[in-house]
Amino acid sequence: MGSPRGEDQRDEPLVLAHGLTKRFGEFTAVDGIDVEVRRGEAFGFLGPNGAGKSSTMRMIGCTSPATSGTLRVLGADPRTQGRWIRARLGVVPQSDQLDADLTVEENLIIYGRYFDLSRAECKRRAAELIEFVQLTERARSMVEPLSGGMQRRLTIARSLINEPELLLLDEPTTGLDPQARHVVWDRLYRLKQQGVTLVLTTHYMDEAEQLCDRLVVMDKGRIVAEGSPRQLIEQHSTREVLELRFAAGTNEERAPSVEGIGDRIEVLRDRVLIYAADGEKALGMVHDRAVYPESALVRRSSLEDVFLRLTGRTLVD
Amino acid sequence: MGLPRAPLRVWESNLAYYKHVWRSNLIGSFVQPMLYMLGMGVGVGALVDRGPGASTVLDGVDYFAFLAPALIATTAMTIVTQEALWPVMDGFMWSRRFEAMTATPVTPSEVALGTALWLGTRAFVCATGVAVVLLFFDDTRTWGLAVAVAAAVLTGMAFAMPIMAFSSSRESPDQSFAALQRFAIIPMFLFAGAFYPVEQLPGWLQPVAYVTPLWHGIELCRDAVLGRLELGPAALNVAALTAFTVVGYAFARRTFATRLGR
Repeated sequence: MGSPRGEDQRDEPLVLAHGLTKRFGEFTAVDGIDVEVRRGEAFGFLGPNGAGKSSTMRMIGCTSPATSGTLRVLGADPRTQGRWIRARLGVVPQSDQLDADLTVEENLIIYGRYFDLSRAECKRRAAELIEFVQLTERARSMVEPLSGGMQRRLTIARSLINEPELLLLDEPTTGLDPQARHVVWDRLYRLKQQGVTLVLTTHYMDEAEQLCDRLVVMDKGRIVAEGSPRQLIEQHSTREVLELRFAAGTNEERAPSVEGIGDRIEVLRDRVLIYAADGEKALGMVHDRAVYPESALVRRSSLEDVFLRLTGRTLVD
Repeated sequence: MGLPRAPLRVWESNLAYYKHVWRSNLIGSFVQPMLYMLGMGVGVGALVDRGPGASTVLDGVDYFAFLAPALIATTAMTIVTQEALWPVMDGFMWSRRFEAMTATPVTPSEVALGTALWLGTRAFVCATGVAVVLLFFDDTRTWGLAVAVAAAVLTGMAFAMPIMAFSSSRESPDQSFAALQRFAIIPMFLFAGAFYPVEQLPGWLQPVAYVTPLWHGIELCRDAVLGRLELGPAALNVAALTAFTVVGYAFARRTFATRLGR
């Protein structure tokens, strides 16, 4: 099979979905989404667990057929050219799916063989990638005793063995400690700088803000907003947020006392959020009303606030 | 671009793992048949060969020569049964390496085929191991051992394929894996003619023995080593084992495809 994409179509989106839908029996996991991922960008699906992110990723990864809608990946049709597409994708699944009883190096070589690369080529690329993900000292050790962060880095290395045009990462840092997350982010950032197109899912707003040029916010199988992190914050939130904490269990009853301050108020179980262009000024107004919460904090708006605004729920419970 | 080599790559990944464990694995698959060979073949054999019906019951064959070839088939069965249970479940549930494979150009059906090829290889390795041991005994040192190894591989597949279909369809190993061992594999080992002719069983039990794949495998191995293979019965045995293999594989392939392509 030759390339279905001519050289003059370099600007064609790497992923193009219209009305993409995935149903499992009665349950609709992905409910008619439209997505366009351009070459060289880092594109994110942000949403809580069960929003349909992983199902979407599996459809793009050509391991799960769409129920309806159209999908083109690298210009080709997953239904008929799945093998061709998968040969050009790198996939980092949420659960690493490594061979725990093989060494770091063997995991990479074995995986490279699935792409029909020669053993010598697999070995060469494995050595390079092990260095890239900073596992050189562990190259000959078994995977099993490696830390979660190391295993995740190995999974990223594995996804690069076929030099993919498009890298799909499903929750790349979920379950990792903060230090390990930063190491992973740093590697992904390097890939991005090298021009690799990244598509990732996350329910961490800081991850989306760090890595994504553009993202869609997903909730219950639908896309509820789309844009760059900055655009989304500008459109759906204020510049700053004032977080007030009252005594445990009293946030709800104390909220009316700050009513009318700022643009908008959100009452959560553990705190009250006041959305305002100037957080300090809002806090002054709170104090003017002789309301003294146990703590008060002014911060910049984040994607978490966007999500809260759009769905009425927080990303991580 | 077809990729006829993809199942071989799946096979290769199993080989990579086997390279780490083959020593202990191989010893394990030797020790058990050796124990039966010595304990039963020599010990019980002494009793049987001196007994009153010795010359008729076993068609004039020494007990050792009667038992030992059957162990080629039973070893293939026990080893391959293990391999078709937990490692297959692992591929779907714990390491989920089958999912990792299908994210590459490899398809679910090719994962199934590669796994089947690997199970056949395991049957070959352990059957060959037992056959090599039998080369050391005058009674069983014959070219028929080569035929017996081939028959044992087919026997192994007749177990491996239906079991692979079963284990790939389970969402968790629960009690079913242990039950399969206890209520299918071990009874077959004891009642399918490895240790005594099936004709010794009560009449009603004999037909049960005849429909087990193990009985067909034992018949082939024994007849091959004792040099009394006849075309008609042998063809029937091969056909029965092939049927178990083909039907089992068809089901396994389908489960792999649905489970990995949801």
